[in-house]
Amino acid sequence: MKSLSRLGAIIKKEVLQLSRDRLTFGMVFGLPIIQILLFGYAINTDVRHLKTAIANQAGTHLSQQFESELRASQVVHIVETADTPEELEGLLRRGKISLGILIPSDFDRRVADDNRAAVQILVDGSDPTILGVANQLRNMPIRFDSAPVQAHKQELIEIRPYYNPERRTPVNIVPGLMGVILMMTMMLFTAVAIVRERERGNLELLINTPVSSAELMIGKVTPYIAIGLFQLAIILGVGQLLFDVPIRGSVVDLYIAGSAFIAANLALGLLISTATHTQFQAMQLTVFILMPSILLSGFMFPFDGMPEVAQYIGEVLPTTHFIRLSRGIMLREAPIGELGPDLFYLIGFTVVTMTVAAMRFSKRLD
Amino acid sequence: MHSQIAIEARGLSKNFGDLRAVSELDLDVPRGQIYGFLGPNGSGKSTTIRMLCGLLTPTSGTADVLGTKIPGNAKLLKPKIGYMTQKFSLFGDMSVQENLQFIAEIYSYPKKDRKPRIDELLGKYDLEPQRKQMAGTMSGGQKQRLALACAVLHHPELLLLDEPTSAVDPQSRRDFWANLFRLAQTGTTILVSTHYMDEAERCHRLAILDNGVKVADGTPRELQAATGMHILEVIADDPYAAQAAIAERAEIASVTQLGVRLRILIPERYANPIEIVNNALASKNVSGNTQMATPSLEDVFVAVTMKPEDRSK
Ligand SMILES: Nc1ncnc2c1ncn2[C@@H]1O[C@H](COP(=O)(O)OP(=O)(O)OP(=O)(O)O)[C@@H](O)[C@H]1O
Ligand SMILES: [Mg+2]
Repeated sequence: MKSLSRLGAIIKKEVLQLSRDRLTFGMVFGLPIIQILLFGYAINTDVRHLKTAIANQAGTHLSQQFESELRASQVVHIVETADTPEELEGLLRRGKISLGILIPSDFDRRVADDNRAAVQILVDGSDPTILGVANQLRNMPIRFDSAPVQAHKQELIEIRPYYNPERRTPVNIVPGLMGVILMMTMMLFTAVAIVRERERGNLELLINTPVSSAELMIGKVTPYIAIGLFQLAIILGVGQLLFDVPIRGSVVDLYIAGSAFIAANLALGLLISTATHTQFQAMQLTVFILMPSILLSGFMFPFDGMPEVAQYIGEVLPTTHFIRLSRGIMLREAPIGELGPDLFYLIGFTVVTMTVAAMRFSKRLD
Repeated sequence: MHSQIAIEARGLSKNFGDLRAVSELDLDVPRGQIYGFLGPNGSGKSTTIRMLCGLLTPTSGTADVLGTKIPGNAKLLKPKIGYMTQKFSLFGDMSVQENLQFIAEIYSYPKKDRKPRIDELLGKYDLEPQRKQMAGTMSGGQKQRLALACAVLHHPELLLLDEPTSAVDPQSRRDFWANLFRLAQTGTTILVSTHYMDEAERCHRLAILDNGVKVADGTPRELQAATGMHILEVIADDPYAAQAAIAERAEIASVTQLGVRLRILIPERYANPIEIVNNALASKNVSGNTQMATPSLEDVFVAVTMKPEDRSK
């Protein structure tokens, strides 16, 4: 009973202080919005008006119709026309274009043939985003009013990545981005939570009251769980509204995964807070964890393609597991039950980290 | 049922690396008294107080605080003590009332009594006008009153006050002490550290710390009676020259100028202190009027914190 009342007191105080701290309060809402806009539009502008050259060797009515569909999509901006694939390669090499589209002379026949790709896209694969766009083009619904067999056609376009064999799509990035944004904000908020009070002298008062370490820790992170869930909603909302990011699986599942991930980051932030003596140190340590979380979590580079050592490090990071969860739920429509190991890792990580933080934070000054 | 001793420390010591901040401290603080810690900067006052409330673990030695062993389970002690830190440690971005409310909640003060208790404290400590003001924007004296109000909110048996009146004007200090006396009257034991002689004089008992060592303790009266020094005062036309003349003498333990007066300490084993001073003045042709004086606490402080070689001249 008394413990609950003390916990309530800490939570109330945190909320009160947070609501007075305009900058931090603004960050709660501003940071996810700004980040998803930044990342989202960076991805989005690349999607439009890619410099493209087209070599139409077929010259049939069907191929011309395909060409105009392409133009209408606004994804590509046709700046040159060529005659041969070699010419397209040359343009690509010289950086004149990012995409080369080759419509072979037997285009009409290929369209009718289920086993062959009808169009070849030559991609400057050195920029993975462009490669991603090319992949997206593949999914482009292309209508042919005079092509009866088109409905069965699975792979109308064959992608041939030239300089980078790795394939990614922007849709893949946003669920990952969700993990990165949540990690950044959650960890930043709590990493300074204890140190700030130490610096301001509040801690000496607090640890002389009957409040226990666990009450203090739990009380400090609880308001941020609500904030994190709110941020999750912002990211999902903006992602869907502006960037058409699908949520194919269950939103409830996503929120379960999100809660576990938020808790894991808050616990990690607290641990940082108990291990440092100044806010500056706490920030440095946060960045130290932020970097591998962005680079080694599968957000930037495909996880399976990373060297073994990097994979081991990645496995430890909560972000890695959350990105697996969010991609699974949002893109592959996986029920959370099938993603058990990642969810349990996050829960286990939270419990262990929180316990270590509470133990490290002895109610003493020495 | 209660022991008559609130704090009993034996051989309490604290090292920070090579630095011995507190050394072999013995302390007996009777219940219901105001016990003073007098000492210069860095003498170990804060360190001692922190050890007594369980914030710092002693390097060696033990203490019994309100029946709780130190080092030991300080948890049992927390609800019984109120601690006012040297540095303002309340929440600057919360109002006076919010701070008090938080303290009431954290000490699980009975819910229905919280509001009346907070109102009572706001009145007692003259904080009613600041009720809604952010604690961080208050003046030094107001902050100190709030800190005291927060420290006493849960009716602690023992109050530990670390330099509660630094940055407070003399009138406010008097008011502050009136509050302390009122608390002591109701049975609260108060341990208070200070630099101020006038405050030390108001304590029932006090200990003088120097370099982590307790150099004297007792009631102010006892301490004054046991300086081991003759105290003399010289009124001179040229106090500066007079001080120079007197300080030269080997017998003199200390000379301090207080306006036109000089305060002189001479070890008691010299039988004729007036003669020593007058001879010193005469030898430099400085005129002055020498008289014996009664020892003040400041004299005690000077006497007990002086270098050993000065003391044993
Ligand atoms: N955490 C610490 N680490 C290292 N040294 C410390 C620590 N705390 C105190 N000290 C040292 O211990 C000595 C005693 O410090 P303490 O704060 O107890 O003095 P004080 O009597 O309270 O002084 P003041 O009147 O200035 O407040 C000082 O020399 C100080 O530098
Ligand atoms: Mg001090």
